[in-house]
Amino acid sequence: MSDERTPLNRFWAEFRENKIGLVALVVVVVTILLALFASIISPQDPYDLAKLSLMDSRRPPGFVGSGGYTHLLGTDPQGRDLLSAIFYGLRISIQIGLAAGLVSLTIGTALGITAAYVGGRIEALIMRLIDLQLSFPAILLALVIVALLGQGKVQLISALVAAQYAYFARTAYGAAKAERGKDYIEAALATPLSGRLVVMRHLLPNCMPPLIVVATVQIANSISLEATLSFLGLGLPVTEPSLGMLIANGFPYMMSGRYWISVYPGISLIILIVAINVVGDQVRDQFNPRLRK
Amino acid sequence: MTEPILSVKNLTTHFFTRAGVVKAVDGVSFDLAKGEIMGLVGESGSGKTVTGFSLLGLVDAPGRIVKGSVKLNGTELTTLSGNELRSRRGREISMIFQDPISTLNPMLTIGQQMKLAIDAHEPLSVRASEARATELLTQVGIPSAKARLRAYPHEFSGGMRQRVAIAIALLHRPAVIVADEPTTALDVSIQAQILFQMRDLARETGTAMIWISHDLAVVSSLASKLAVMYAGRIVEEGRTATLLRAPRHPYTAGLIASLPAAAKPGTPLTQIPGTTPSLLSMPPGCPFAPRCDRVTGRCEAEPEMTLQNSRGWRCFHPIGQLAEAPV
Amino acid sequence: MNIFLHIDNISHIFKANLTAGERIAAKLGAKVETRSVRAVSDVTLSVRKGETLGLVGESGCGKSTLGRVIAGILLPTTGKVAIDGAPVMENRHKVTTRVQTVFQDPFASLDPRMKVGDIVSEGPIAHGLTTKPEARKYVARWFERVGLDPVWVDRYPHQFSGGQRQRIAIARALAMQPDVLICDEPVASLDVSIQAQIINLFLELTRDLELTCVFISHDLSVVQHVSDRVAVMYLGRIVELGPVAQVFGKPAHPYTAALFGSVPKLVLDADELVQFNSIEGEVPSPLSPPSGCYYHPRCPLATALCGTSQPVSQKVSDLRTVACHHYKKQLAEVLSD
Repeated sequence: MSDERTPLNRFWAEFRENKIGLVALVVVVVTILLALFASIISPQDPYDLAKLSLMDSRRPPGFVGSGGYTHLLGTDPQGRDLLSAIFYGLRISIQIGLAAGLVSLTIGTALGITAAYVGGRIEALIMRLIDLQLSFPAILLALVIVALLGQGKVQLISALVAAQYAYFARTAYGAAKAERGKDYIEAALATPLSGRLVVMRHLLPNCMPPLIVVATVQIANSISLEATLSFLGLGLPVTEPSLGMLIANGFPYMMSGRYWISVYPGISLIILIVAINVVGDQVRDQFNPRLRK
Repeated sequence: MTEPILSVKNLTTHFFTRAGVVKAVDGVSFDLAKGEIMGLVGESGSGKTVTGFSLLGLVDAPGRIVKGSVKLNGTELTTLSGNELRSRRGREISMIFQDPISTLNPMLTIGQQMKLAIDAHEPLSVRASEARATELLTQVGIPSAKARLRAYPHEFSGGMRQRVAIAIALLHRPAVIVADEPTTALDVSIQAQILFQMRDLARETGTAMIWISHDLAVVSSLASKLAVMYAGRIVEEGRTATLLRAPRHPYTAGLIASLPAAAKPGTPLTQIPGTTPSLLSMPPGCPFAPRCDRVTGRCEAEPEMTLQNSRGWRCFHPIGQLAEAPV
Repeated sequence: MNIFLHIDNISHIFKANLTAGERIAAKLGAKVETRSVRAVSDVTLSVRKGETLGLVGESGCGKSTLGRVIAGILLPTTGKVAIDGAPVMENRHKVTTRVQTVFQDPFASLDPRMKVGDIVSEGPIAHGLTTKPEARKYVARWFERVGLDPVWVDRYPHQFSGGQRQRIAIARALAMQPDVLICDEPVASLDVSIQAQIINLFLELTRDLELTCVFISHDLSVVQHVSDRVAVMYLGRIVELGPVAQVFGKPAHPYTAALFGSVPKLVLDADELVQFNSIEGEVPSPLSPPSGCYYHPRCPLATALCGTSQPVSQKVSDLRTVACHHYKKQLAEVLSD
């Protein structure tokens, strides 16, 4: 009798051993906490237009503003405290990234598994649709949809989902097709058990590993895509500054030495995206049986 | 007695894994004479495959040979550098694996693969390579060998692919061939053909062979001497007929007795209780003790190999000697 | 003979689907080859209640396909299977739980993400043989029956050895309380000493539970040990059928004789320790079987008739049938050995 732990415990024990992955995971968790408690830890509420003062605009880091506190990272052209804006911006990034990721995961997985399990014409139809979808550049698709639907959180998430569900569908399809042929699925069907039961209880859980990997990567992609759209002015309205918009605001000032307005939001964005990707890499490596000793 | 062509003394190969040290091969010794066929018998986890790999220096990290000596034609193999070992592998000692599908490159024709194998040690001209390859393919029983040189592995059946693997192993007329379960994946009738072929080949070419298998009957059809492995050690060795007719070690006797052929149809088979021990955490003493019906207090110590003429057994209470009264 | 399991004129053809390009070409009038494999051809078998029928043959003979048809996993192209008169499949679905299967690979046939207790109880719960609250006790009873400690119901498949997993697979099949058990190479992946344990378990359970079994294996000595009757298959057809001692002791079909003869057998009290012969040639590809009798290219008794006419099953005796034009000659040869 070997190895008493559940698959989850085993997974976590092995994950812990890689220091880089662990650091990345800590970064992600810290970022999520910062975002969650943004309203508590921020010295200023960047959405409250009444609190902003143009006297404080474009001030360098360390400046003591009209509110009476130190702007640790400086202020932006509207007079917002950059540190607070970054916290709130991170919150928006994570909210949208997670929402888009999870909705894409659900839709994509449902489509992919249906195609793999049902087969025949439906399989061909769904997979051709997915192929078509994948041949469009994600950002182009997102731009078109935002242009059609207008600005706002829901519209933004819809655009991101439309751009990304195909990746999930393709991965789910591949995994489901591979598992479908395995003995344990055949054994379950042979009992006989209904197709629905077999898909939900056997097929789906065993397709999850590659989907989790895709999910982490796609969440990072969503965050990046949202930032891009916001940078272009197509994301959320000006009153809800996301990291992309902060970067855009600071762009005209880069050459005149007021680097902090773009650079600090930029660095936070990069750290978040890289950390999520590293965690995703680690998860993917662990799921790959050939890399394990 | 002439010098054995292969002399293995106290070969020990351990795997240093995250979970602990796996003592896959733990002090294996045997000699192989020129042209002799030896059977290495054991179940999964006995260490027979790792022994074969160790002889060719094919053990990958996290495993390595920790001690012992492997002398081929007088040369010590365990201390050779990578290049020196590679120059001998395929030329003086070669290996046949269980699954011919994975040992043949699906992207190259048989002729191309054989040429690569030839060029690795003594490059020949294209025509000379073709001639040698054709000669060997015919020798292993492949019809229209010259034309078949242009075929790809997937165009051959499983039995044919294994014959090609055997031909490649014979290319440089090695002194020793290590065959790791070469017929296990094949149909019964093909297995029979290849067994006959190997018997003839060994006689014609004078190549010594180590035949690794879990199938006693298959091994016994070819080998003149057997070594039975359990938990990384050889527990019994000797001439095939004597060993099978009068086994001394309880494990060997149990193996023979548990074959369906040994019992009357429909009656319960003699079974060895329990399972093979984990090589990670072996209790001290005789590794077979937990499953043995002749065990006594003495078995808490590790038995040494008792050698008598060309017979050997590693047991304090071998069959044929009266079992001691339980302590 | 009271027939319990009746396999009636089963044939199964695997057709490779045409690619879109080929379909278009066919519509345009081009001749497109349909790649089809006759995995099983015209198999009719009857098994009595409590009997174990062995199914042997080499790769490509169709025994696994036939096993899946009998188990209700695969809908045959033609023919039907009935247990005690009731059909196993209807409208392309399996409609009975009376036949269950034990699969070959104990590492692949258990869902790696489920606890073994849940794997075994899933079917019985879904079919009303037990309820969720009672499931634990129900599974524990079957675990004990197959020689496993009931404490282990909460463990995962990877924590067990090959032999233990096969016991779990047997428990899963038996927990459905079947009348018929299909075993597809159940001991092929196991070590010799574990094989003996599982074979003994199989003999004990089939006797205690009065199960009717179809035991599929390529290992003749195992089949000889556990079966009452045996059917020998070659390229999808049954070439010989009869009580196991007679079929292997006095084979009526040249292929059976050659097959049995080619297995190395340890004969400890004879001068020649291991006895076996070899057969000429290889099993032909199922994509293009020979004309007439499929075995004729390799058969020492073949005549011109064998190349043109497919032999039908004939009765040799009350319980034996054989499909060969020259079986009488084969029987005579065996007797003269």
